[in-house]
Amino acid sequence: MEGLKKSILASLWFMFLTLPIMGVFVNTIDKSVTWHFDRVLYVGVAAFVLSYLWRFMLERKEKGQKAEEQASVEKVTLFSKLMSNPKVYWPALIAVAGFAVAFPKLFSMYQVNVMTSALIYVVLGLGLNIVVGLAGLLDLGFVAFYAVGAYSYALMNMYWGISFWVALPLGALLGALCGILLGFPVLRLRGDYLAIVTLGFGEIIRLVLENWGTFTHGPSGISNIARPEFFGFAKGFMAQINFMYYLMLVMVIFTIFVVNRLKNSRIGRAWQALREDEIACQAMGIDKMKTKLMAFSLGATWAGLVGVVFAAKTTFINPASFTFLESAIILSIVVLGGMGSILGVILGALVLILLPEYMRDFSEYRMLIFGATMVLVMVFRPQGLVRDVRKKIDISAVKKALGGAHE
Amino acid sequence: MEYFLELFFSGLTRGSIYALIALGYTMVYGIIELINFAHGEIYMIGAFVGLVVAGILTSFGFPAASIVVLASIAAIIYAAAYGYTIEKIAYRPLRGAPRLSPLISAIGMSIFLQNYVMLSQTSDFLSFPSLIPEFNFLGKYESMVGSSDFVIIVVAAVVMVALNLFIKFTRMGKAMRATAQNRKMAMLVGINVDQVISATFVIGSALAAVGGVLIASHIGQINFFIGFIAGIKAFTAAVLGGIGSVPGAMLGGLILGWTESFCTGYVSSDYEDVFAFALLVLILIFRPSGLLGKAPIQKV
Repeated sequence: MEGLKKSILASLWFMFLTLPIMGVFVNTIDKSVTWHFDRVLYVGVAAFVLSYLWRFMLERKEKGQKAEEQASVEKVTLFSKLMSNPKVYWPALIAVAGFAVAFPKLFSMYQVNVMTSALIYVVLGLGLNIVVGLAGLLDLGFVAFYAVGAYSYALMNMYWGISFWVALPLGALLGALCGILLGFPVLRLRGDYLAIVTLGFGEIIRLVLENWGTFTHGPSGISNIARPEFFGFAKGFMAQINFMYYLMLVMVIFTIFVVNRLKNSRIGRAWQALREDEIACQAMGIDKMKTKLMAFSLGATWAGLVGVVFAAKTTFINPASFTFLESAIILSIVVLGGMGSILGVILGALVLILLPEYMRDFSEYRMLIFGATMVLVMVFRPQGLVRDVRKKIDISAVKKALGGAHE
Repeated sequence: MEYFLELFFSGLTRGSIYALIALGYTMVYGIIELINFAHGEIYMIGAFVGLVVAGILTSFGFPAASIVVLASIAAIIYAAAYGYTIEKIAYRPLRGAPRLSPLISAIGMSIFLQNYVMLSQTSDFLSFPSLIPEFNFLGKYESMVGSSDFVIIVVAAVVMVALNLFIKFTRMGKAMRATAQNRKMAMLVGINVDQVISATFVIGSALAAVGGVLIASHIGQINFFIGFIAGIKAFTAAVLGGIGSVPGAMLGGLILGWTESFCTGYVSSDYEDVFAFALLVLILIFRPSGLLGKAPIQKV
């Protein structure tokens, strides 16, 4: 009974809210008013049903939290249990690798192209994961470094005819340089200030690219960027697309390798410690500034690197590809996937990039659904799709071993 | 000199609007430490509701003076309702979650609202009726301060004074200050914190709606994307002044408005937004917590 009353209220409330925006369209030129009461009615019905679902899900989440607190043991999901078993882990890895290698043979050119874009986002996500997930520095202007990479290849190619393979390390270097230049003054700022300054920096880069017409061709962008040459192979258009895919695949594997090594290295542990508690970290003698700067510029390096590939893949870039929305998408890949977790970031990128791509039929609604998904995942699963499991050292075992040695 | 004064007043107009929106950011941040990314969208929705209501009333043949008042009231009510609902759906279930979660939720909400308005209305620019009648009160100085500039500056000033009085003297205002200082303590002394947070969202959203209707009628056109840029600018203003501080937001808004106005007037109009962000970066480097913000005391 209580639920019914609440749902009716919610339904009426949402009908009230959507009435002027969805229910009325005014044409200010011929001063006519069109009413769409049917739309508002649909909203009412939908809100009625959804409000039941909403409350049910919230209750379930609360119960789950309580159960977890009572058990006081970290829940090991079936998935992570399976993954830690080498009998399952290795065949699964080999199957995924085999599928990835055979992908261009199995699917059409369009699919390969889409997958290459998704892989670009995987690397971007992993790069931002270093900054946000591991070091806990909220960077809302990540796409600026991506733009630096893309434009450095496009411009160097246009003015000096520099080839892709030379531009690749140069783009990474320029990304890192920009990361250091921006990071040096702003990394002293606290979390949210840092977020807004990086956002501002991203916008500055985009606006400069847009307005410096004589150098960057402004909003019309740079076209006819050379595709990479693969030492004589792959002359045809089709083969080039496949090669682009393999190049990204190699890059993804390389990134996973590096990030995985970094995560458990001395500096990686320093990042994670810094994320948890800055003051304790300083007391331990960690150079806060140097550690943060390292994370920031390393993230920027990956962005610069992928930027070069992006420019080569699309052969056309303009400032519209580097808006704040892009930064928001990359950030949501990291957070939705599960901060700090490599597998999570990969899954997040694939879901967030492939899903809208295959929803082209609903193309009008896809950004609406995208926004709603971001909110819903945060409300019902704030830790992301895959929770980052940290390596634990069993202290009692260590003590026992040490104690044994003393006796 | 005349050119200078013209820029001065156009900067003051812009700055007043930025300050109105910035207040919503700063109040919410002061209480729950969240950058409410959807706040710019509330400003946009306020402008749209104003447009729709003004359109309906015009078609019924209401007199112009009543249209201004009724459209503004409707915009305020709706913006407040949206602000309240957004807090309840997207932020309240996330209390106590990791810091980044509500931020992502806010970005998602912002994208959702933009597309919701775009699909329901159009993605084109709609022309907004000029609600403020022309009245010549300055004679030959008319070119410097138009009547709508004048109204915007006066309304913004009145609203801000009222807000300051509200926060200083009313029961709810005191509860807000207490909650901002220490939420747990406020709860212990019997303040209904949920209610205070809702009230903060409602007031902030209402202020944004005032800004939305005023600027839309001043510029004469709106579309679904106006909230984004205005939101970022207003947030910049809030940070400039020191986020969490109400007078800081006003000061920040004015400084930002003047900077933009003078830089576009004397340097170049292409880089309008670049000046705003460059100013932000510069000020934060030298005063990391904004102009009027207090450096936080770190407790160990």
